[in-house]
Amino acid sequence: MAILEFEKPIVEIQKKIQELKEISESSGMDVTAEIETFEKQALEYKKEVYANLTPAQRLQIARHADRPTFLDYVKLMTTDFMEMHGDREGMDDRAIIGGIAKIEDCSVVIIGTQKGKNTKENLTYNFGMPQPQGYRKALRLFNHANKFNMPIVTLIDTPGAYPGIKAEETAQGTAIAVNLREMAKLNVPVIAVITGEGCSGGALGLAVADRVYMLEHSYYTVISPEGCASILWRDASMAGTAAESLKITSEDLLKFGIIDGIVKEPLGGAHCDYEKMANDLKETIMRAIYELRDVNSKTLRNDRYNKYRRMGVFCQ
Amino acid sequence: MTVKDWFEQRKEMQIARRDKETRIDDSVGNLWVKCYHCNAQLLKKEVEDNMEVCPKCGYHFRINARTRINQLFDEGTFEELFGNITTADPLEFSDTESYKKRVTAARAKTNMNEAVISGVGEIEGELTAAAVMDFEFMGGSMGSVVGEKVTLAMEEALKREIPMIAVTASGGARMQESILSLMQMAKTSCAVAKLNEAGLLYITVLTEPTFGGVTASFAMLGDIIIAEKDARIGFAGRRVIEQTIRQSLPADFQTASYLMKYGQIDMISDRAGLKPMLAKIIRLHKKKKS
Repeated sequence: MAILEFEKPIVEIQKKIQELKEISESSGMDVTAEIETFEKQALEYKKEVYANLTPAQRLQIARHADRPTFLDYVKLMTTDFMEMHGDREGMDDRAIIGGIAKIEDCSVVIIGTQKGKNTKENLTYNFGMPQPQGYRKALRLFNHANKFNMPIVTLIDTPGAYPGIKAEETAQGTAIAVNLREMAKLNVPVIAVITGEGCSGGALGLAVADRVYMLEHSYYTVISPEGCASILWRDASMAGTAAESLKITSEDLLKFGIIDGIVKEPLGGAHCDYEKMANDLKETIMRAIYELRDVNSKTLRNDRYNKYRRMGVFCQ
Repeated sequence: MTVKDWFEQRKEMQIARRDKETRIDDSVGNLWVKCYHCNAQLLKKEVEDNMEVCPKCGYHFRINARTRINQLFDEGTFEELFGNITTADPLEFSDTESYKKRVTAARAKTNMNEAVISGVGEIEGELTAAAVMDFEFMGGSMGSVVGEKVTLAMEEALKREIPMIAVTASGGARMQESILSLMQMAKTSCAVAKLNEAGLLYITVLTEPTFGGVTASFAMLGDIIIAEKDARIGFAGRRVIEQTIRQSLPADFQTASYLMKYGQIDMISDRAGLKPMLAKIIRLHKKKKS
């Protein structure tokens, strides 16, 4: 498992505790009380570290190589998942995966961006950067959900829509724009969750929703801190400062009224406890589905429209 | 600095120069301008009289929103609306310069409140709502004000049951308003959904340059999409793509004709033909009064 810089002291302490345990076992000395004290102290220290992370450090958690991916959540949160492939126009983009599944007793269409955990997987999933065809596949699935009256759940973890020649030729901008417009018209509840990176239009293209949640350490922004730093500061190494200035944390977005809630992560981040993370996320999603599933479609659409209509801050 | 860095920097500078080359160089004094495209020395007046198009090579220079409005709308018919909406600084953003200062500077430079003018006016006698963007105001970037004013223009079209025209010129979303800028993409696109539901005609005119969050929202959602000659249009910027794929791009990449080739726009117009083209489209879509 990859260890982040600020995780190192914690890992160090845990190693020491482990050593102590081994010593006590081999020597027969009873140090249970001491170990307990150390563990308590370690936990307190860990809590303190994670409560005081900078946006740049939290960015590292959001991008952690072991962070649970869309398919991890599908496996842990749903049953009967059946993937639906392809955009019906010539491509099956692997950066966006979707299908039908059950969450508890409810049939849903679940769609998300997929990242890999190693180089091979990342090449398959294109590092979670969708092509236009991915957005068109998602649109096809949105329409499927609409037709069969199933709630839509989207899980988003993307550094952005892919910037490439083919993507431009096949209309990346149009693909995203059409999704924004069509999501506004859906008659079924849409619940979007930023699970890791929520970067720019590439994230928004799956996130025009009745409820939008963020995992505690995920981020959601108009441009990556690196991109912003290289444009505004003309220096990519200012990314940490940019991360702070852009106000990209879940708490910032809740404060701005952009998201509806934050799903707490296990201490140390989502990658430290997949089961707990998936379970807590499932609870949040189910609560939203129960809230929304009996709302009539016209009210749902109006509320969704009004929600986005109000967004923006200006003087008048 | 390593040799590699030096080469990188040199490349950056070349790209920066190329990006600039779509504007007129008016450094040669007040009377004369130089066309960056064909290097011709031109009388400023001559260029102005020719709708800011180079009389020698026909290159279309960037124009600001007011000039555009004067070119498109019948004289004296355009009524600006929502001009009282101005920029706030919700993030208290600051990079090498504070956002507030950048906005103040942009206002002084352009004599505009923000990067878009919304209103209603007549095109060959046809009343339409419009939102016209201005690239000179912070690169035409879309923050809360631009999103709001574009949406309000669309709502004006809904209210009066008239066509809507958006003329775009933008580098994309405004970074200084971060997530609030991103949400303007959703807001404007949702407003287009309303226009669609009401059966109202929505035309977009993409002008040099139209990129990023504007491309990925209301710009590419026109019932009819027109690109002006010499406009460059895309989602990701050329530089970002070059850095990602590490190979050079075709010379005509992201030009109007390139987009036409790939089926992304309906038509291309030169500047002089734009107004008659819009009027013709509007007339063709006019519903007979029953």
